[in-house]
Amino acid sequence: MSRLAWRNFVNKVMLSLTAVCTLLTVSTLILILGYLIWNGGKSLNWAFFTQLPKGPGEVGGGMANAIVGTAKLVGLASAIGIPIGFIAGIYLSEFGGVTFPFIIRYVADLLNGVPSIVVGIFAYAIVVLPLKHFSAWAGSVALAVMLIPVVVRNTEQFLQGVPQSLREGALSLGASKWRTIVTVVVPASISGILTGIILGVARIAGETAPLIFTSFGNQFWSSGFNEPTSSLPVMIYNYAISPYDDWHRQAWAAGLVLLALVLVSNILARGILGRGTAANRA
Amino acid sequence: MSSSAAVSPPSATGAKPTFFSRLKGGDQVAYLITLLFASIVLLIAVLIVYVLWQESSLARHKFGFGFFTSQAWDHNEENYGALPFIYGTLLTSFLALLFAVPLGVGAAIFLAELAPPKISNALTFMVELLAAVPSVIYGLLAIFTLVPLMRDYVEPALKSTLGFTPLFTGPAYGVGYLAAGAVLAIMTFPFIISVSREALLDVPREQREAALALGATRWEATWQAVVPFAKLGIMGSIFLGLARALGETMAVTMVIGNVPKISASLLSSGYTIASVIANEFAEASSDIFRESLIFLALVLFLLTIVINGAARLLIIATTRKGSS
Repeated sequence: MSRLAWRNFVNKVMLSLTAVCTLLTVSTLILILGYLIWNGGKSLNWAFFTQLPKGPGEVGGGMANAIVGTAKLVGLASAIGIPIGFIAGIYLSEFGGVTFPFIIRYVADLLNGVPSIVVGIFAYAIVVLPLKHFSAWAGSVALAVMLIPVVVRNTEQFLQGVPQSLREGALSLGASKWRTIVTVVVPASISGILTGIILGVARIAGETAPLIFTSFGNQFWSSGFNEPTSSLPVMIYNYAISPYDDWHRQAWAAGLVLLALVLVSNILARGILGRGTAANRA
Repeated sequence: MSSSAAVSPPSATGAKPTFFSRLKGGDQVAYLITLLFASIVLLIAVLIVYVLWQESSLARHKFGFGFFTSQAWDHNEENYGALPFIYGTLLTSFLALLFAVPLGVGAAIFLAELAPPKISNALTFMVELLAAVPSVIYGLLAIFTLVPLMRDYVEPALKSTLGFTPLFTGPAYGVGYLAAGAVLAIMTFPFIISVSREALLDVPREQREAALALGATRWEATWQAVVPFAKLGIMGSIFLGLARALGETMAVTMVIGNVPKISASLLSSGYTIASVIANEFAEASSDIFRESLIFLALVLFLLTIVINGAARLLIIATTRKGSS
């Protein structure tokens, strides 16, 4: 084989290999989705959404309390995490000097990379130990700690994307700085900021590790935020590693519900983001 | 960052005498409020370090550096060591990268260099969705699909072909280091693909065109001119993937077998730092047991901080290089 033919041969082989890599990775997603929808779909029933869990080994029951529990945990975590992250993001983009914002930015990135199980231990130590019992509060604090860095960095990034001329226009009309931020800068970047918040909330909704020893779990309804609270991800974990077939079936159902929740919010959010960036580029 | 400097007069140095006079304008109030919230971020990070350090003091004093070399995990004698967990964490993460790096970088090259933009964007969107799938769902799928597959087909095949090496010996349970590595690979390649693709897309077009004009084939131009240019970004993506693999908890806990023992065979069951915490922390009865687990969390925390820090620096370095 001539040298040129050999080079063309290598070219074809390697380029096809990269295509194979892409095919393998993307087909994984389709397989995951397909298998989960197939298994979850045949396991889902009305009882899953309306009934409490049955005892170990008993057939039937549902995860109504876990669905509500996840909503409570994620809702409270959002109520804590979104304001903190959003306002801190405004500081980084609009008020920052040089050194302190750099530190905050770097720390936020590091917090973002802290393993979720470590965040769980943190929440355990600062909420569960003093209160001496598992609670929705503890779980929400853990989830909020995971949400904050995401919201901070995302808010900052989209505020930075607002053209400087918009700020200068408002300032030159005599608006004070905070009025400029509230009435011009934030509205101009709100779709991107919301996207980031939705993505962040979707991420914490699926977290399991920080909840195992903070909100723990509950066979029954939990009232308020001061009791151990059941959540979908922890239920999936407990049911999947159990030896009971009917619990496996319910784990699939819960997996489908959780994945649908996460993927739908991701697709919706990225839809908003996609329009936002296209408009920015144009 | 630098763009807002032109219109941001208040500096961070609030000297005491002028403190209250500065509060007069609404801007100063807004500044202080946002500063307060930004400080919360810093406070959380400091608190995490403090809590991990403080709550593990018993274990740190009792075991000292011996903790890292000990293989003990004995509740009766209250003797605990970290080595099997550190080994399991590093081994599974290494296996994950072994699968995920070639696949991920290959796919990133295809998406950045070869695929038409529309297809590339659609596929990247799907890959990024993969990154959003919760860990516990990967675990659920792995328990009921990957583990039986490994037990019935992959592991017997490995044993019959490569069984002469110590890596593939012992009974094929399905669960173990290899299964955990495979799940971690699936969980890390979305990160590698999306960050590497960005790095490759940032390579200036001239870099490609010059190589092609010199008569290089498409692959040669990509491999010899484009990939080296994006090398740091690709390295950064691998480090990000590694940091994720090291700290990954649920999926690994569900398939690694949960045995605190070091085995050379990839088919045998093991344990990782994150999974032993997830599995045993809630029922840790004695103080020294609980604090040993928190000590492990501290080790994991420091490990991921170092890897993440390196990843960020590499990614920053490439963006600088690309923009200059």
